[in-house]
Amino acid sequence: MAVLEVRGLTKHFGDFKALKGIDLTTQEGEFLTIVGPSGCGKTTLMRSIAGLEKPTAGDVLLNGRLITPLPPRARNIAMVFQSYALYPHMSVADNIAFPLKARGVARAEQERLIRWATGILGIEALLHRRPARLSGGEKQKVALARAIVRKPSLFIFDEPLSSLDAQVRALARAELRQLHDRTGVTTVYVTHDQVEAVGLGDRVAVMQAGALCQIGSPQELYREPANTFVAGFIGTPPMNLLERGATIVGFRPEHLMPRAAVPESEDVATFQVHVARIEFLGSEWLAYGSADGEFRNAKVLCKLRQEAISKVKVGEVQEFVVSRSLLRFFDTKTGMHTAAAPI
Amino acid sequence: MRTGQTLRMIGFYAALLLFCGFAIFPAAWMLITAFKRNADLYDPANNPFLFNAPPTLSHIGFLFTETNYPVFLWNSLFIGVIVVAITLVLAVPAAYSLARLMGHWGEHSSIAIFLVYLIPPTLLFIPLYEVVTLLGLANTVWSLILVYPTITVPFCTWLLLSFFRSIPREIEEAALTDGWSRVGVFFRVALPLAVPGITTCIVFAFALSLSDYIYAAVFVSATTSRTVSAGVPTELIRGDIYYWQALMAATAIVGLPLAVVYGLLFDWLVKGFQVELPRSPRA
Repeated sequence: MAVLEVRGLTKHFGDFKALKGIDLTTQEGEFLTIVGPSGCGKTTLMRSIAGLEKPTAGDVLLNGRLITPLPPRARNIAMVFQSYALYPHMSVADNIAFPLKARGVARAEQERLIRWATGILGIEALLHRRPARLSGGEKQKVALARAIVRKPSLFIFDEPLSSLDAQVRALARAELRQLHDRTGVTTVYVTHDQVEAVGLGDRVAVMQAGALCQIGSPQELYREPANTFVAGFIGTPPMNLLERGATIVGFRPEHLMPRAAVPESEDVATFQVHVARIEFLGSEWLAYGSADGEFRNAKVLCKLRQEAISKVKVGEVQEFVVSRSLLRFFDTKTGMHTAAAPI
Repeated sequence: MRTGQTLRMIGFYAALLLFCGFAIFPAAWMLITAFKRNADLYDPANNPFLFNAPPTLSHIGFLFTETNYPVFLWNSLFIGVIVVAITLVLAVPAAYSLARLMGHWGEHSSIAIFLVYLIPPTLLFIPLYEVVTLLGLANTVWSLILVYPTITVPFCTWLLLSFFRSIPREIEEAALTDGWSRVGVFFRVALPLAVPGITTCIVFAFALSLSDYIYAAVFVSATTSRTVSAGVPTELIRGDIYYWQALMAATAIVGLPLAVVYGLLFDWLVKGFQVELPRSPRA
């Protein structure tokens, strides 16, 4: 188990600033996911941690030891790539043995470790195949076996599920988390899919344009987003963000209710919403509308349970309310979270 | 339906037969001529594609006992092997460095390298002759060993550059994080994946040093240092006398084994290309 610490990590590619001073510390044995849109610098951050990219400034520490000047091979960090990067000219067994050979592990020990790793992932039957003859899910397992076989201090995953079919992906996600819980190795996992990030991570770090917006538990990120970017990025559908002068008012779609569905006694903020149409999602309904008045017809989404949907009249303007404790406020200019404003 | 299929098969095999006949014809004529008696070959009434008198080995005997052909063969083989070795030793690391270690500058230099290959030998042999005499190599096989790599190294560097570039970076980066040094990655990952390209380079460099005529004829005039390509025409065409059977035999002895070897290599090469390199998605 290990603690990874990133201090002021900066990376410029010519004029392009890919990383603008990232500070990040993992906890021991933690599963940390890093999420952000394409091009936000998350892959560059991973590559810098693995030693594949030389940072312009800043440091990477593993267990308090400075590893920034070390080449990738001296870091004992295992990286699983988006394409899995299996060696096409080697059998599965040789692929898994490759990191062991680099360390001069004795042959008998190599075989024991390969048996252990393939046993965990259930791929003992594939040992003699070439990567070209494996399915996407099998390739991923081989890549994982290759990563765990040498007992690294840190795992780095760079979007390892993105080339799998949707059905296989959900299963693979669960297996990945199980693998972490079983090996207990500190893991940093990069994805652009917020559902994956929130579902997998003990903590989630949100990145945007080369900077870290917020790091916290999935619940923290969902309840107390640090800025409008996190508010809009985490959660499906995203938080409603309504601009009103110098502040932006934010609330989750499931917190917006028809007036009639909320007890009179509750302390609420009122919105005049014109509901354009409703959509059936199975366990709940989604209402698409716009907030009239001072919000200048800003689009709002409303997620409703079966018992509340009967109170919504499509095509009409009606009163919707949000409990005041669930309102979040952001600065219009900076997008950052601010103190509550009267509404 | 059935007749249509049969007709198509007949058409297919007819075309194949025609093509094979076209390809085999020069080699077949060469072989037939090599074993012909003089009386058979020089009688204009005889069919040139058939043995009109019993075949003979006397011309092959003549080639190996009364001419310097064995020396030419040895020289060609010697030069070919050394040129291939020099080419690989220089071009493989050069191509890898340009593809992986020099950034964009290295990748774009491939065209410049290729342009060198386009300068024709007929322009270069006079200045290169000066160089060769200055180094005291004129009239030795070493003049050719020095000059051939000037053609093979740039071409093979260019060829291998694209091979190395076709290997997804992630595969090499995985090896780096797996604990290998750059040198280890080069030998254990990049080289094995570039084997088809390296094979192509071996074939190209060997074929070039074997088939070159202009440098071989200009730089080396001593018979005992000549190669097959320059030695055979000078030795077996004396004045206006052509030793046709010996000429044909000399060519067949070099050409046919190489055709077989290349044929086998080609099979292996195609298999080499089938090592499926995964696409490398980049965020």
